[in-house]
Formats: sequence, C-alpha cells, structure tokens
Amino acid sequence: MALGPYLFLATLEGLVQAAVLCITAAGLSLVFGVMRVVNVAHGEFVMLGAVIAWFAASLVTGHPAIGFAVALVISPVIVGAIAFASERLILKRLDYNPEATIVATIGLLYILQQTVLIVYGPDARPVDPPFYYTIRFPWFGYSSYKLFVIAAAIVIMGAIWFVLQKTKAGLIMRAAQFDRETAQAFGIPVDRVSAFVFAAGAGLAALAGVLVVPIQQAHYLMGADPLLLSFIVVIIGGLGSMSGTVVAAILIGLSDGILSVMFSPTLAKMVSTLLVALVLVFRPNGLFGKAAR
Amino acid sequence: MLKIENFDAYYGQSQALRDFSITVSPGEVLCLLGRNGAGKTTALKAIMGIVPPKRGRISLGGTDLTGLPANRIPKAGLGYVPQGRRLFSELTVRENLEIGLMTRKSGPAALERALSYFPALRERFSQRSGTLSGGEQTMLAMARALCIEPSVLMLDEPTEGLMPSMISTIRDVVIRLRDEGVGVLLVEQRIDAVLPVASRIAFMDHGEIKAEMEIDAVRADPSILKTYLGVGH
Ligand SMILES: Nc1ncnc2c1ncn2[C@@H]1O[C@H](COP(=O)(O)OP(=O)(O)O)[C@@H](O)[C@H]1O
Ligand SMILES: [Mg+2]
Repeated sequence: MALGPYLFLATLEGLVQAAVLCITAAGLSLVFGVMRVVNVAHGEFVMLGAVIAWFAASLVTGHPAIGFAVALVISPVIVGAIAFASERLILKRLDYNPEATIVATIGLLYILQQTVLIVYGPDARPVDPPFYYTIRFPWFGYSSYKLFVIAAAIVIMGAIWFVLQKTKAGLIMRAAQFDRETAQAFGIPVDRVSAFVFAAGAGLAALAGVLVVPIQQAHYLMGADPLLLSFIVVIIGGLGSMSGTVVAAILIGLSDGILSVMFSPTLAKMVSTLLVALVLVFRPNGLFGKAAR
Repeated sequence: MLKIENFDAYYGQSQALRDFSITVSPGEVLCLLGRNGAGKTTALKAIMGIVPPKRGRISLGGTDLTGLPANRIPKAGLGYVPQGRRLFSELTVRENLEIGLMTRKSGPAALERALSYFPALRERFSQRSGTLSGGEQTMLAMARALCIEPSVLMLDEPTEGLMPSMISTIRDVVIRLRDEGVGVLLVEQRIDAVLPVASRIAFMDHGEIKAEMEIDAVRADPSILKTYLGVGH
C-alpha cells in the first residue's frame, strides 16, 4: 500500500482509539473535577463494561446486535451501581481525602480484577460486532463498526456537553466542582452529587468498554491501558477540564493510533509519556487547566 | 428570628468559637465586629453548618436546625454572602443566580426582586462572573443570596476592598432590606463601616462575644467603643 492510503488507515485507527479514549477519559475527568478523587480503578470499570458485554452477548440469543444493544444499556447501569455502592461504602467514609482515596481505589482495582478472574476466568474472549458491513475504500476495506464507534463517541460527548452546560443537573455538578463549600451554602447536596458523579464516571467507562470489546476482546487485565491513557489525557488536557480532555484524547488517540500502525505500539506509548512529561514541565496545569483553588 | 445558642466550634484541636450566642430579629441589623482572626467568619460558617459546631443549638423562625447537614440550612431561609464573595467564577452571572434560585425552588419573582436591588446586573447576565469588576461581584454575591428570599441574610465583610461609592450602594441595600423586615447579620472589621446601618453591635475576640450593645447606647456615649477597639475611632 502506498504511503498516502497507509497514513489514512492509520488515522482512522487513531480516531477509533481517540473515540474510545474520549469517553473513558471524560469519566475520569468528571470524577476528578467534581470530587477531587483520583480513581485508580477507572480502567477496571472499562473492563467490567466489556466483560458484562460478553455475558450479554452469550446469554442473549439471536442476532449479535440484540446482545450488543442489551449490553449498551445494562453495562453502564450495573457498573454505575457498583461504583455508587463503592462511593457510599468507601470514598465517602474516607471523606474524599486525596491520598486515602488513591490507596482505596487501588484496593478496589484488585477486588474488581480478581472477582472477574474468578467468575469469568483468565481467557480473552471475543464478542461479535453488532454488524459486519465493510466499507470499501479504493485501497482497503474498513470495518463499519469502527466508524460507528467514532460516531457513537461524538454523540456521547455531545450528550455530556449538553448535560453539563444546558441542564440543571449539569449546573449543580459544575457548581459543586468549582466550590464545594459555597455550593452547600446554596442547598446543593454535594455529597449525593459526588455519589452520582462517581457512578456516572464509571458508567461512561463501562460504555467505552462495551464499544471497544468487539474490536479488542474482553479480558480481566484489559483495564490497565485505558487507565494509563486516560490519566495521560486528563493530565495533558488539564485536570477537570472537559474541553481539554476532548482535545487531549484526540491528540493522544491519533498519535497512539498512527504511531502504532506505522511504527510500533511501544514507540506510541513512549511518545505519549514523553508528551505528558513535556506538558508537566511547561504547563503544569495542563493545556486547558487552571491553577487549583 | 435567627437564634444561636452556645456554639462551640473547632478546627482540629484548636477551638475557634466559644459559647457563641446571638439572635437576629426581623428588621434589625446585628453587626459583628472584631479584629482579623477573631472568629467572625468561623461564626458564620458554623451557622451555615460548613464548620459544624460541636455544641449548641440553632433555630430560624422557630424551626430547630441543630445538627442539619450544611445543604439543608439555607433551605430554611438563611442567605449567605461569604467573605471574598466566593462566586462560581467560571459560571455566568445568570447561572450564579440560578443556583441561588434552586436553593429553595424560588420562582422568577424572586429573581426579579433580587435584581431590583442591583439593576446593573441585568446587562451582565451572560458574562462569566469571574470577569466582573469587584463591585459587580459583590452585587452578584448579594443578589445570589437574595434569590433564596432569605428571612435572615448574613454578610461577611461585604465592603472589603470596595470603592466608597460601592460601599454606600451596599449600605443602602442593607437599609432597604432591614426596612422590609429582613434580619441582617453584618460582619465587619471597622466600626465606621457599620455605624450608619447597625441596630445592635457585638464585639468578638478569640472566638467569643465580649460585649453586645444597642446602637443608641453607642451613639449616646461613643467612648464605650474605646474599651473594645483599643483606640478611639
Ligand atoms: N480552615 C481553617 N483551619 C484552621 N484554622 C482556621 C481555619 N479558618 C480559620 N482558622 C483560624 O480560626 C481563627 C478565626 O478565623 P476567622 O473565623 O477567619 O476570623 P475572622 O473572620 O474574624 O478574621 C483564626 O485563628 C484562624 O487562623
Ligand atoms: Mg473573616
């Protein structure tokens, strides 16, 4: 294949990466922004979403699209409920202390991982995409499902933007994010908002897991990469800044995708990590971040 | 009427409020004075439940609010203008006011009323509140608190760092609120900032109220101030 088409293919792969990363990192960013909690277990929520999608696909008979549709609905709900319970039982009791919650979410990471290992086993299992249609470009054919993932990410990010900017719930979340104390002085139950946000963040991770599993297979250790990459994205974008998260996800997704296809995945990860180091040195608050209050 | 009885509050081991008791009746302005670090802000935060008191009782209009979580206290009708204004600076003027309206699910009439005190804010509706001038930010912080239609309004050093013209605007609003029957708890460091509006004055030091007096007594014999303020003003 000539360089032009090859670069085009790599860009498409990068955009798919960016799409999934956008959704995952948006969840992490939301949780950090509102709760100031660094959720180390975030990648496990992606993994849970993927594993639940596998269960849905194998339990629901008929066309793969039915199982997929079921997974799209139940995965975020189940994972959100697990996150909600973890928030009430663990994070709230630690009073959202920044250091303590890091340790606690590391614990949560292992609990979720090992539980899935026991229940689901050590194998990577594929899930059929909901449709197989291949789009024929002049140089190569490309999975329409992957293009669907890009479209789905755009829709989901649009929905997040709408909720945050245009609804009452979003206004409450933004107020709680900027100033917890003053938010309470205006009747906002910051505590319950936190539980809801933690569940919503996990639900987004699960959604990313469902979207990615037809491309990547479900495996109990698959949470590590999304965790690392979303951390990179959230740091580059600026902690708690949603627009920064989107820009950084596209940047990292594209560079990771293109470098992986054209050179090697290892080089891609090196470049991403280097980018983080550079950002931390020259813009410690991220590209779009503001100094913490 | 806001009634605070025997509040004790702590930051860790250190006691910041000792046996703090006050009442604010409808249509009066109680001024809380004291040096920097006397515990004035802590007193307001304890009332709001942000620094929960370890001991004591609070009631508003006869309703017992003791031990309620911080987000429930404003719903009883307690408005709060924190020190330094504490606007949601990334949010627009309109959004800041909407948050005030949400507190007690107030309708558009409450917004109109709040804006009637500060008509200048109307032109700034879609501006990010962090970009307002200092005076406008204070007006917004007050309007946001008025959106909850408070029966008692607490103001923590609202005139700090403002120009004289703005200070007199705020003073006029306080007087208007008082005359409309709102109880006002006004915190300031300097006596001259409150003399024209005060009904009563309470002096605070080391987390305690050292003295409380009617404004008439102060006007009759200004020398009693010297005892509490060190130098005569
Ligand atoms: N968040 C805090 N943690 C610990 N100590 C505090 C805190 N806020 C205030 N203090 C202390 O409590 C005392 C009273 O402070 P404050 O209520 O802010 O006084 P004022 O408003 O009268 O200037 C001071 O000694 C101050 O250092
Ligand atoms: Mg103060």
